[in-house]
Amino acid sequence: MRTRRYPALTVYAGLVGLLLCALVIGVMQGAVALSPVAILKILLRSVGMSLGPVTWEGADETILLELRLPRVLGAGLVGAALAVAGVLFQGLLRNPLADPYIIGTSAGAGVAATVAMLILPPASILGFGSVALSAFAGGLLAVLLVYRLARVDGRSSPVTLLLAGVVVNTVLGYLGSLSIVLFEGSEFRLRHVFTWLMGGIAVHDLRQLLVVGPMIVVGIIAAYGCAASLNALAVGEEGAQILGVDLDREVGRIIALGALLTGAAVSIGGLIGFLGLAVPHILRLLLGPDYRRLVPASAMVGATILVLADTAARFVAAPAELPVGIFTALLGGPLFLVLLRRDGRESGWR
Amino acid sequence: MAMKPVIRLDGVRFTYSGGRGLTGIDLCVEPGERIAILGPNGSGKTTLLKVMLGLLHPQGGTVSFEGENLSRISRVELARAMAMVPQELLLPYALTASEVVLLGRTPYLHRYRGPVRRDLEVAQEVMTATDLVSLASRPYSELSGGERQRVILAMALAQQPRLLLLDEPTRLLDLNYQIGMLSLIKDLTVTHGLTVLASMHDVNLASLYFDRMVLLSSGRIVADGPPEQVVRPDVIRKVFGVSVLVRRHPGYDIPWLTLAPDISNPISVREDTSDAINP
Repeated sequence: MRTRRYPALTVYAGLVGLLLCALVIGVMQGAVALSPVAILKILLRSVGMSLGPVTWEGADETILLELRLPRVLGAGLVGAALAVAGVLFQGLLRNPLADPYIIGTSAGAGVAATVAMLILPPASILGFGSVALSAFAGGLLAVLLVYRLARVDGRSSPVTLLLAGVVVNTVLGYLGSLSIVLFEGSEFRLRHVFTWLMGGIAVHDLRQLLVVGPMIVVGIIAAYGCAASLNALAVGEEGAQILGVDLDREVGRIIALGALLTGAAVSIGGLIGFLGLAVPHILRLLLGPDYRRLVPASAMVGATILVLADTAARFVAAPAELPVGIFTALLGGPLFLVLLRRDGRESGWR
Repeated sequence: MAMKPVIRLDGVRFTYSGGRGLTGIDLCVEPGERIAILGPNGSGKTTLLKVMLGLLHPQGGTVSFEGENLSRISRVELARAMAMVPQELLLPYALTASEVVLLGRTPYLHRYRGPVRRDLEVAQEVMTATDLVSLASRPYSELSGGERQRVILAMALAQQPRLLLLDEPTRLLDLNYQIGMLSLIKDLTVTHGLTVLASMHDVNLASLYFDRMVLLSSGRIVADGPPEQVVRPDVIRKVFGVSVLVRRHPGYDIPWLTLAPDISNPISVREDTSDAINP
């Protein structure tokens, strides 16, 4: 662990570089390949700066600005949000198995999305379909339920949160299954439900990014503000209070932020697993346990990984598209295991 | 003007759902005092510490810290004035000794800023005072029990408290570290102007290092005063239910307690004349 502390500036410069590379790759690749030069020219022209005459096809501009860029930015935002939510919950619950969905989000969003797919008309607000909106609301409601259930003597302790989360996740998960069984002719839509549950970036409308983007960016900045409390929680709940942490307020704040980030991610990404679990772990191995580093680094690495995974999901079986959750698990899993076996004893959880 | 008591408890009552707890505690701690809280297991020592820390809210009576009602002081404000050394500290992931010590600066950190130079300076100072400089970059988990205890103490000192509470600071330490820890704490009360309250199990160690003893039994204070007044065979027998002999420490002018479970065999008669050392 002592040997693995790199200067913050080097780390952040490296991570920003990686993220930029991933974004460029994500924008270039697809059914129609775009060159970096063309991308740069189109982008500059779209903000009113012209670099010479138009040398690309009109379709390229549409593909870049209306399809690929929103998609890649969406993937980046979702990846960043999930990774930071994972950091928040792992720190709060002091548990290495915690992920963004652990206290109810996945099942809440899942059951709400399933029901929406089965019975709601495909209306849309600000570009968000009824499924996305239901998932967002369902996830937040489930977290609220868990938070209320876990409150004993006027406060929620991490252990009761964890238990209530597991119970609510399980019960809601089966409710989702029940609704599929109960609805006549639901087999037809089953495939949509499962595809959605496996996760996939779906940005149909730039307005979606204008809603989700600020939410995630502000959420991550606020999460950074919780770093000192998360660090102090290493000495336990009472210990953190003795160190000046207003536990009730900070627990509420961390849960609210985690739930909002996860909900925002779910509303355009479905249930993308593994990322929120693995990214904080990998970075803890590489950078040490200081949450002041883990929060921003997780945001950047989460974004990088999901942009690359989403590119692969579009690319590998083109023109068909694979659920991106498959890639985060298949690529992230082995990498995670290698790091864990190499360094786990030294600087991981105990 | 008389100085305000550091902490003052008036008729403090706290009962757990199981029935145990504190029943009517009156205690006034003056600045610079070094107090040992003694009592059998379950007598309320830890509960008393938690009430003083504001972790448990009394169901009756009042606690005031430096003249102000404890419940009206924010956690951050309190953390800058009062610190606690727990018996042990289990960390969920690896931290170095200096990282643990730096956690003591939490109440001084700005929400969006990391430790500033002042925080690092204070951490360095307290690590020097607790002889930890050479261990700074060692993982906490690889340290010995005595070293860990010093790290926890340094973390508490980094809060720059005026009142330091310790929960059985010598329980997990061998003899050498027990003496080392208590001497260090005694020195710190002088150099840092600390007031110290520690729960203790060892009556003799308490007599050696503390100038006031508070004896708890079933949630109430049954004796409170200098060791001479508290360490008496009748008091100890009543509270702990064991027979003891109390004589003078051969080297210092303090009472010294010896266990004498078999009271029918009067070893004390012989021993009273056998002291060769005269202090």
